[in-house]
Amino acid sequence: MRYYAYYPGCSMEATGAPVEMAIKTIAKPLDIELVELEDWTCCGSSPFSGVDKVKAMAITARVLAQAEKTGLDLVTPCSSCYTILHEANDLMKEDHKLAWQVHEALTTIGLNYNGTVRVRHIVEVLYNDVGLESLASKVKRPLTGLKVACYHGCQQVRPEYGYDDREYPDWLDQIARALGAEPVNYPLKAKCCGSSLVISETDMALELIHRLLQNASDNGAQAIVSTTCPLCHTALDAYQPSVNSKFKTRFNLPVLAVPQAIAVALGFDFKQAALDGNVVSPRKLLNPYFSGRAPAATVKEPAQKAA
Amino acid sequence: MQTKLKPDFLDEVASIPACGKINECIQCGVCSGSCTTAAHWEYPPRKIIAMVRAGLKDEVLNSSSIWYCVSCYLCTARCPRDIKPANIMHALEAIALKENYKPPTKTTTMYRSFARSIERNGRIYEFGFMLEYFLKTNPFAALKMLPMAFNLLIHKRMPLLPKSVEGRRELNRMFSNISTGGYR
Amino acid sequence: MEPRIGVYVCHCGSNIAGMVDVEKVAEFAKTLPAVVVSRDYKFMCSDPGQDLIKNDIKELGVNRVVVASCSPQMHEPTFRRAVQEGGLNPYYFEMANIREHCSWVTESRKEATEKAKALVSAAVRRVFYHQPLENKEVPVHPDTLVVGAGIAGIQAALEIANSGHKVYLVEREPSIGGHMMQLDKTFPTLDCSACILTPKMSMVGAHPGIELLTYSEVDYVSGYVGNFRVKIRKKARYVDSTKCNGCGTCVTKCPVKVDSEFDERLSKRKAIYTPFAQAVPNVTVIDREHCTYFLKGKCRACEKFCERNAIDFQQEDEILDIEVGNIILTTGYQLFDPTPVKEYGYGRLDNVITSLEFERMVNSAGPTSGHVLLKNGQEPRSVALIHCVGSRDEKYHTYCSRVCCMYALKFAHLLKEHVQGAKVYEFYIDIRSFGKGYEEFYNRVQKEGTVFFRGRPGEVTEVALTPEEKGKLIVQFEDTLVGKQMRLPVEMVVLCSGIEAHGDAQDVAHTFNISIGKDHFFTEKHPKLDPVATMTDGIFIAGCCQGPKDIPDTVAQASAAAARVLALINKGKVEIEADTAFIDEARCSGCRVCNLLCPYNAISFIEKDKVSRINEALCKGCGTCVAGCPSGAITHRHFTNEQINAELEGILV
Repeated sequence: MRYYAYYPGCSMEATGAPVEMAIKTIAKPLDIELVELEDWTCCGSSPFSGVDKVKAMAITARVLAQAEKTGLDLVTPCSSCYTILHEANDLMKEDHKLAWQVHEALTTIGLNYNGTVRVRHIVEVLYNDVGLESLASKVKRPLTGLKVACYHGCQQVRPEYGYDDREYPDWLDQIARALGAEPVNYPLKAKCCGSSLVISETDMALELIHRLLQNASDNGAQAIVSTTCPLCHTALDAYQPSVNSKFKTRFNLPVLAVPQAIAVALGFDFKQAALDGNVVSPRKLLNPYFSGRAPAATVKEPAQKAA
Repeated sequence: MQTKLKPDFLDEVASIPACGKINECIQCGVCSGSCTTAAHWEYPPRKIIAMVRAGLKDEVLNSSSIWYCVSCYLCTARCPRDIKPANIMHALEAIALKENYKPPTKTTTMYRSFARSIERNGRIYEFGFMLEYFLKTNPFAALKMLPMAFNLLIHKRMPLLPKSVEGRRELNRMFSNISTGGYR
Repeated sequence: MEPRIGVYVCHCGSNIAGMVDVEKVAEFAKTLPAVVVSRDYKFMCSDPGQDLIKNDIKELGVNRVVVASCSPQMHEPTFRRAVQEGGLNPYYFEMANIREHCSWVTESRKEATEKAKALVSAAVRRVFYHQPLENKEVPVHPDTLVVGAGIAGIQAALEIANSGHKVYLVEREPSIGGHMMQLDKTFPTLDCSACILTPKMSMVGAHPGIELLTYSEVDYVSGYVGNFRVKIRKKARYVDSTKCNGCGTCVTKCPVKVDSEFDERLSKRKAIYTPFAQAVPNVTVIDREHCTYFLKGKCRACEKFCERNAIDFQQEDEILDIEVGNIILTTGYQLFDPTPVKEYGYGRLDNVITSLEFERMVNSAGPTSGHVLLKNGQEPRSVALIHCVGSRDEKYHTYCSRVCCMYALKFAHLLKEHVQGAKVYEFYIDIRSFGKGYEEFYNRVQKEGTVFFRGRPGEVTEVALTPEEKGKLIVQFEDTLVGKQMRLPVEMVVLCSGIEAHGDAQDVAHTFNISIGKDHFFTEKHPKLDPVATMTDGIFIAGCCQGPKDIPDTVAQASAAAARVLALINKGKVEIEADTAFIDEARCSGCRVCNLLCPYNAISFIEKDKVSRINEALCKGCGTCVAGCPSGAITHRHFTNEQINAELEGILV
């Protein structure tokens, strides 16, 4: 059993709820114990850095300080939280003035941070700690013949260096393959969904989401296996109808966050994999797998028809 | 009419955490060439950096350009001088908000609502923050979002009530300690 | 002989006197032990200044000299000569640096003068303990080794051989010629590269003074300037070069096809091959990693058909042991492989190619007979050339590769020439056209209609956003002079990647005992004043192995290195500075700690005597072994404990 300090991030309680549920479902079978931080607060992410850098680093540091007390690696599924936690860690090591200001702020709430926490993304934990072999050996319901476009998103791979490839990453493809699925070529796999500005620049974000869906469909995908980032999942899933309505497209690409795909492959049912939380329902696409019939090669309907 | 320059602006930005390398920019244009949303920027990222170096503070902060940064970090990953343009854009946003510039974009309001949500609840209360944002900017735009919001609601992804955490008191204590100083 | 010290304090115009009270310092020196005369003078390095010293030696019996002036780097040789001409051993001299170390770096007259006094006192106390030393002389072997037979090595070898001295020219590829042989035209003259190179290659092949060792590598080097011993491995070609006449029958009969390295993998060669038509020597070689006989024991078609019985599968590597006086390294470069620059798609997208691939295509003797072609066999109607790939970049190489702007301009010209109506676009950050005729060439290319965009592209993508972009490679960039992001669909992209040091540069440097810099180019002795020598006397470098450069500069450096070698050969002997270390063998315990400490590999362990011994010709007097010896058995001439302690006393007292 591997223990990790767990930081879900604000969105996991709301738009990211299905992803969160799926993570909780697959943790035990994969020998992972995620110990949620008590009374955690927002990490601030990029918008807060756009308001006040020092305040932003202080609230990020509160998360790090809490995690440090557990002595465990800090794991988060939210790519945005991952990036800001990692950045805070690195920045405070380089910029001593900032580290001091943050330290002063933390002491007012009785906390201290010594820079020892290792910040990790849950996808990296799945890839490195659980491992593809172990994952494949636990698969009870292989997703044979399911063509998937593996969407990694931006902040899972950037600006981090020496992690997965920053332009054409493929850890999600490898995981999908371990689950029996068929990842398709997906050039826009690490390009932005625009969700950080979807509230104030909706049209711009919808254009970006449209491109991602179109590219997946053009390459023959029947579904998208996405990163655990709740913003990316929401953009591709919950906003898919908005894209269809704005661009007159007919995309029907279920978006399975990787823990959801793993849950299905490990043998969990529709609800346990939190697939009822998806706006674009994967029920029809995944029926063959749930009912134990022939693989999705029998599904002839294309994923979408262009306008 | 001669442009008014603010020569201290470069030093001000260079002293912000993560922005120190702005002096090393060779203006190659890879950041602008990579920028996901560059088509919307009045002055693309490289030009913003050039304007900062030139001391064109008002032009930079009155423009909506920097507010289009979606933090995709393509610029940061590709910059040959290891400069972090995304961080520089966010740093400029913070200066703009602190000094009350009013660029023609709603994202300023969105970020302020975001920050307030954290201060009030300790976490982002998505429904509340979006509601406040739409009421402040354009309530009719909220109508366009209704179908999507409805979808999220029925799939149990849009809690209507905030979940306030005890930790919010600690955040506020930290804020009051910092906001008197800001960062020098 | 009782030390009688003469002290001379230089004004150096106002350089020293402007800050240091030189008269006071000279007065002070008179009070120091064993000083018999102390003077101050305007310019000690001048003839009258030197005469002061010589006269005092003759008339006052001065037998130790201290000059307080500038840095020894400037005038130690000058004063040592003066002392010698006065009749003393030159090592009875010591210099106190009261300029670079004192007047130039102190802000108060009072402090500067006090410091000068301390420095002079130190020098006086030290020189008291100086011993007479003799510089050693070693003979210089007249033969030279040149390693690497590209244009640099060819030039250097010809220069030396033409003067009547023997050269061993070693090249690890089966033929000489290097990268220059792969090029089509050279900038800015647009000379055909092979046409200007092959005559020199023929001269090398035919020259009686050059022993050409191709398909060979240097295994081991030992010795020192004037006296190197080198082991050269002549790799087995499995073809008898005395019999082979290069008819090529074996090549046509060979059934095995392998990617051609010379053609940058754009065509195939056979397992038995010559790399290109004008190869020197014109002898085939068998690539045993792909030859059916070596892999499976079958075939032997080449042997069957060779009318001269030149094939010899039993051939073995031959080791040559040679002696040379000097070595010139001209090992050249390799091209930066742009595969890691994922955003440009090399290796992932069709029709994104490197500069050397383009050279081979546009070369009429190349894999496409001089036609620039896409993967589908068509000529491209639009081509983008991206500058600075892998250069000026913290992630890959921080340096500018110097030649890429010019070769990119050359490519633009060649494209306009080879492909009727082609649209050519250059994406640059700066245009570095610094050489003779280079800016004019840039102007010419502009006139021919190539479009220049100032902006290094963000990415090259195949994902089309509009119908015009479908099926094309899209270059996404900002035109920085206009200030807008743009997307340009083209059919071919050429990545102008930079010159980098060979992957095994570190090993080569180690073999020859020279240094490499952080980018793995060989380190020159001085970047401005001595670019072809290395810190290892007798070993010189020239061409791209020292740093990226174009052909004119390469040839100039090669000739410079040859001149240096010829100077040494002409002199016939080399003087070794006397301040070397020596081991008191009675005290040496044979622990060998010094063997490993020596950065110049100058110390060896003598098995039969069980002591270590220092090769004084290799010793550079760094002092590391002296400090490291646990038995205190090593003495550093001219830096003895006595001398150093006296110097310290002078400063502190």
